Amino acid sequence: MAAIDPAAWRRAALVLIVTAALFGTAATAGAQEAPDAMVKRVAQDVLATIRSDPAIQAGNEARIRDVLEAKLLPNFDFARMAALAMGKNWRGATPEQQKRITDEFRALLVRTYSSALNQHRNETIDYRPLRMNAGDTEVIVRTLVQRASGAPIQIDYGMEKKADTWKCYDVVVAGVSLVTNYRDEFNEQIKGGGVDGLIKTLADRNRGVAAK
Amino acid sequence: MSMARKQRAARMLRAATAAAVLLLAGCAGAPSREDPLEPMNRALYQVHDAVDTAVIKPVAQAYIDVVPQLIRTGVSNVFNNLDDLFSAVNGLLQGKLDKFGDDLGRVLLNTAFGLGGIFDLASMVGIERGNEDFGQTFAAWGFPQGPYLFVPLFGPTTVRDGTGVVVRIALGPVGYIPEVPLRNSLYGVGAVDLRAQALSAGAIVDTAALDRYLFIRNGYLQRRRYLVYDGKPPPEPEEP
Repeated sequence: MAAIDPAAWRRAALVLIVTAALFGTAATAGAQEAPDAMVKRVAQDVLATIRSDPAIQAGNEARIRDVLEAKLLPNFDFARMAALAMGKNWRGATPEQQKRITDEFRALLVRTYSSALNQHRNETIDYRPLRMNAGDTEVIVRTLVQRASGAPIQIDYGMEKKADTWKCYDVVVAGVSLVTNYRDEFNEQIKGGGVDGLIKTLADRNRGVAAK
Repeated sequence: MSMARKQRAARMLRAATAAAVLLLAGCAGAPSREDPLEPMNRALYQVHDAVDTAVIKPVAQAYIDVVPQLIRTGVSNVFNNLDDLFSAVNGLLQGKLDKFGDDLGRVLLNTAFGLGGIFDLASMVGIERGNEDFGQTFAAWGFPQGPYLFVPLFGPTTVRDGTGVVVRIALGPVGYIPEVPLRNSLYGVGAVDLRAQALSAGAIVDTAALDRYLFIRNGYLQRRRYLVYDGKPPPEPEEP
């Protein structure tokens, strides 16, 4: 057997490395984080940050919002949440209106979430076993929030599979879906003042105008 | 029948039809089939909100500020212990024997070893509350929900749930206490305890809602549906 040309060796090695790298990436993408593991990781990260931040301990709610913006909100699909809350009116809105509603609804949910979190930051979360079949693209991650006083509260997260991650599209507190709960309110606003009326009401609420 | 009478009858029929159409068109303003009495309920909600803001909420806040957490928890536990007893009864009435057993176990444990229910030992050892009530039992027996109602000083309910609450209060045991001032004080403490527990939820509603009446109504109806189906409600039919 003739000696193999060193250049051929190098080529073969290069091919191997490139193939391995490609497969490696593919393998990582395939082994996507499970939705319940993801909820747990994000929740623990947010709670740990909030509990250890001196500004937040001093009652700075704007700082809570910064933490949520950085760690929590990228995991939500706000466009889908807005579409679910709008129901059949979503398709009647222009893309520009859809974007404004998504932005204002997002701001409203963040305000609500940060004031709730400010009151309940010292509670612990139990994670319930996930019921999920291979190939499911939508799952519900169930958690139980243990309070210092009072009965525990069940909080469920509706999660949808995206290309390389999971995103939350609904939060269900003690059986009450946040998104569904807005449907009649959105409907009423649209009946009264059209889609732009809804956008205005949402924007007013976000600027601190009280609800009727 | 004479011609004139026939014509008169036809005219009356037309007038009646027109009136019915107008009435229905008027009803179409009320958006929810679950809340046909919305105009009345909204008015009652306004009354409730005014009284709540002026009197009940400040009292509940004062209760939280003055009474230490430990004692407030004890008070809640005593009332919860009574509710657990009725939850056991309702579990039995619906044939949910696991809940019946859990709730009965909770009541026995908390009453005997938790100083009459002041301490919730059962929760500490992981026996969950069944959360059953007469409204859910009526639902399991096939009674329709009936219209949504907003009752001032009491809050959101439905005809079915409200009937359940009336049955619950009639069965006591607070109502059996012969001494009137003590009995009324207990009702009062129970009400303040409930309102105090709802304070933080109220703050969230104030931030979240576009229309507090609708937010509370839909939250209540969703929650009841969830309880009736023991946490596994079937998907809601899409409204046309």
